[in-house]
Amino acid sequence: MKNLVILGAGTAGTMMANHLRPKLKRSDWNITIVDQYKTHYYQPGFLFLPFDIYTEDQVKKPGKKFIPKGVNYVQKKIEQIFPEDSKVQLEDETLHYDLLIIATGSKIAPEEVEGMKGKNWHKNVFDFYTYEGALALRNKLRTWEGGKMVVHLTEMPIKCPVAPLEFAFLADSYFQKKGMRDKVDLTYVTPLSGAFTKEKSSAALGYLMKEKNINLEIDFAIESVDNDNNKIIDYGGREVEYDLLVTIPTNMGDEVIARSGMGDDLNFVPTDHNTLQSKEYENVFVIGDATNVPASKAGSVAHFEAETLTDNILLYIEGKPLKPEFDGHANCFIETGKNKALLIDFNYKQEPVEGTFPVPGIGPLKLLKESVFNHWGKLAFRWIYWNMLLKGIPIPLVSRNMSTKGKKL
Amino acid sequence: METLAGTNVRVNEEGYLLDFSEWNREVGEQIAQAEGITMTPRHWEVIEWLQDQVKADKALSIRGIKKSGVLDIKEFYALFPGGPLKISTKIAGVPKPKSCI
Repeated sequence: MKNLVILGAGTAGTMMANHLRPKLKRSDWNITIVDQYKTHYYQPGFLFLPFDIYTEDQVKKPGKKFIPKGVNYVQKKIEQIFPEDSKVQLEDETLHYDLLIIATGSKIAPEEVEGMKGKNWHKNVFDFYTYEGALALRNKLRTWEGGKMVVHLTEMPIKCPVAPLEFAFLADSYFQKKGMRDKVDLTYVTPLSGAFTKEKSSAALGYLMKEKNINLEIDFAIESVDNDNNKIIDYGGREVEYDLLVTIPTNMGDEVIARSGMGDDLNFVPTDHNTLQSKEYENVFVIGDATNVPASKAGSVAHFEAETLTDNILLYIEGKPLKPEFDGHANCFIETGKNKALLIDFNYKQEPVEGTFPVPGIGPLKLLKESVFNHWGKLAFRWIYWNMLLKGIPIPLVSRNMSTKGKKL
Repeated sequence: METLAGTNVRVNEEGYLLDFSEWNREVGEQIAQAEGITMTPRHWEVIEWLQDQVKADKALSIRGIKKSGVLDIKEFYALFPGGPLKISTKIAGVPKPKSCI
């Protein structure tokens, strides 16, 4: 009997359990998935919680519901991985593995910036990348009377790189709806050289910031949050004042990666970009936000990775060469407010361009263009996530590798 | 296709090199001049470090500078005032840090 262990029962880990259980003989392989938390969150929904678009119940379900029969679900803390000995130390037991899949994700690390997680944390300094942060922000916004709102991005890479922009767009809509947009001064602060950094996106979407009257501060590398004077300060000495700061803190891989000595500077695991095998240990594979691959950290990326990784794990077990197949494919809806959204489809090499998706020339979704239909797509995705994506059911017409068909290249 | 003034070196609309193999110190010098920066041996040390990072597939960030052991962030700003990462990567002939859109 051999043992396959999956660390993390988030989007990526849960999908791998669902993909692999039917493909590995139960008489040959035990599959164990480890995650200390009971609740599975629909993380894309955290964007909608602060604006009262989604309720708490719509973004969380018991994780157990999505773990297939025949998979051993262990709810314990992971202390350390010992890759040289092919074993994982949990809080009170040791798991030996023949094959390990690391899917421990990424999370915010506000303590990386001086003063960020200070006395005003979740008072007038908020994140919305956690369930708690998104809820605290919702409660604040319900009674907020206006002032300077700063939407701020600390540093790349972050989970869902477009979320901070979407937040700013949705905030504009939200305050308009409440009849108080004129009382809110909205500013977007980024360490990058613009709100949009890719040529085609800048050209196609540059109008959005102006149209929504959002001020822009670029090249802002934050050094500290000054909680006494309510301002953020960058290394060059620039200051931006706020009454309400909504920040995306530094994103880092799980501490267990650091404890195990397996990560880079940000606790992400060095991973082959195309096979998803660990660069250091051949019986270790990595998927989702936990990797250091230069793809977006997003559920759609984990979904496409899961298909390639499933094939590669079967090839590895058969002793055959792995497929260098994963191309960095991502497919993301971007809310632009007022019930419209964009859709982008891209990979390691191809930046987002205009076109139609998923049926070339027809759509019905439009790439890199605002439409109401795209917004419906984003809302429908929550159902797809819970009912298809996590269970490893293929999404019709959407392939693991990016297609250039229907795209204006 | 745009090129750097007086050369055949191909650049994008913002003046970043399309192909690092076309980079040399004169090219870097010319870009630096246009940015109003006079290169010193210290500048070149930083440029070489950036190029090594890119070759090693490492993402460039202000955090990376902090942990580089090559220079601290204050000096980075002093050497390349304004947007140090944006300017230094242009001189180094490597892509500026980007997001997905």
